[in-house]
Amino acid sequence: MSDQHEEAQFCRTAGDKIMFSDAIVQAIKKVQQRYPDQQGAVLPALHIIQKEYGHLTYEAMRFVSQQLRVPESDVFGTATFYSLYRWKNPGRHQIQICHNLSCSLLGAETMIAHLEKKLGVREGQVTKDGRFSFIRMECIGRCDGAPAMLVDDDYHGDLTPAKIDDILAKYE
Amino acid sequence: MEKMLLKRVDIPNAADIDVALKHGAYSTLKTAFDMRPVDLVNEVKRANLRGRGGAGFPTGLKWELCSRVPGALKYLLCNADEGEPGTFKDRFILLHDPHLLIEGMVISGFAIGAERGYIYLRYEYPTALGVLEKAIEQAYAKGYLGKNILGKGVNFDLSVHRGAGAYICGEETALIESLEGKRGQPRIRPPFPASQGAWRKPTVINNVETLSNIPYLISMGADVYAKIGEETSPGPKLYGVSGMVNKPGVYELPMGTTLREIIYTHCGGVRGGKKLKAVIPGGASTPMLTENHLDVKMDFNSLVSAGSMLGSGAVMVMDETVNMVQATYTLVRFFAHESCGKCTPCREGTSWLYQVYKRLMRGEGKPEDIDLLLYICETVKGKCFCPLGEGAIQPVLSSIKHFRGDYEEWIKNKTVAHA
Repeated sequence: MSDQHEEAQFCRTAGDKIMFSDAIVQAIKKVQQRYPDQQGAVLPALHIIQKEYGHLTYEAMRFVSQQLRVPESDVFGTATFYSLYRWKNPGRHQIQICHNLSCSLLGAETMIAHLEKKLGVREGQVTKDGRFSFIRMECIGRCDGAPAMLVDDDYHGDLTPAKIDDILAKYE
Repeated sequence: MEKMLLKRVDIPNAADIDVALKHGAYSTLKTAFDMRPVDLVNEVKRANLRGRGGAGFPTGLKWELCSRVPGALKYLLCNADEGEPGTFKDRFILLHDPHLLIEGMVISGFAIGAERGYIYLRYEYPTALGVLEKAIEQAYAKGYLGKNILGKGVNFDLSVHRGAGAYICGEETALIESLEGKRGQPRIRPPFPASQGAWRKPTVINNVETLSNIPYLISMGADVYAKIGEETSPGPKLYGVSGMVNKPGVYELPMGTTLREIIYTHCGGVRGGKKLKAVIPGGASTPMLTENHLDVKMDFNSLVSAGSMLGSGAVMVMDETVNMVQATYTLVRFFAHESCGKCTPCREGTSWLYQVYKRLMRGEGKPEDIDLLLYICETVKGKCFCPLGEGAIQPVLSSIKHFRGDYEEWIKNKTVAHA
């Protein structure tokens, strides 16, 4: 969580109270039933908001705190601990490319250099047309297809620069 | 050996319950429910099943400790965090045979007296999330989950809890913290999870592969099961092989198959006919071995004797072209990124190791840096809160031990990489 956090675009505030859509409120209520206490639902509640809006914000964390009656500090601590909660929107398609050992041995750095050149962005930045962004990952459990990446939820392995070009052409 | 754990993995659409049922899924439930829970625990103890997540703790003992704690509310957690670099074995079961895991969890829950289970799934397996949720829904619909399963009065509820990107959550007490909605930092032990785990209730945490062994172990009986593979830690083992081999993949073999057989018979040897230089036998945190160790049996005890560990059985193969300084840098960067920050030796130790390796990568290394690395490892060794720090120094210590020449040459030539 950076201190220059973006203002939330996707919620309303009334005094101290943060309001998200009914669908979000219902989804959180539903997932709460899986846990014996309110705090158990913190991770899934953050996932629900991130999935809907692409990233988390200060207001999103306060909202989860209010919904689950968990102290703000605890929700902030949890949300900022994990590396895959995001604080700004990725591109329309997010590339997660592995650079751990098995992928490195078989050319991950070459693939990453190719991505940087092809997309004209560095890790974490979004292309001008908003289509792609990429991040480096520490082992995505696809070592048998190294070098490997995820585009959104789809897995692609045995990458070569040419194969990356073909794959990316399929994402609008 | 006939495949067990991967038996249904190659059958198209075996994640669908109707297909899985045609091929024997849930067929051990009746046998298990006709036994007393204490007999199930004893059967697993007699079979000498050891946990497949990394530590190799005897599963039956873990179950016994939990089952003896009085109280009606207990939890069974499946560790599907599979974050150890090089490890991908559980993915095959999660994606292609989720009903094997669910069946294993229902039986295990009955044995320890837990009626509530969670599968802690790493965030990086988005496809597995959908597969598991659908499989659980189908199992509920067919009455293999929920209330009064098979009309035998057994109850078991199950859901998936998705992680959010943190290697440390594979450590069982950190996993519990994360399940409870907190930062994934390990807890002090004792109390052990078996007496006070999730929400302070008695809890058993088992790996995906461990739980998937249960239906087969119970259906064939401990005596037959214990005859598979190595005597001291029997059973089938999933070895996930990656790196510079001709046929990377997951191989189900008897526990104790030699490293040589795995690499040269099953994986078709080293790519391009090159010479093997180093092998990591059990994931990033296990010490590297060399070609001199190829005849080691891949089981818990034999690998300890050889100076390494079985870990998750994730074999990473490096050929003669690999520079070990650079390979180790990749692993050190990983551990520095994943240290949870709770204890000083690990938080500071991993980050200082990373600083020195970055200097080496920039071509600014000094001859005394090798001893400096060893000194930093010494400040970490045996002083950490959990096994992460201990694991983090293993690639450093073992690469310097076996490949000190690579370091000396790298520093002398002022080699630059990842600049």
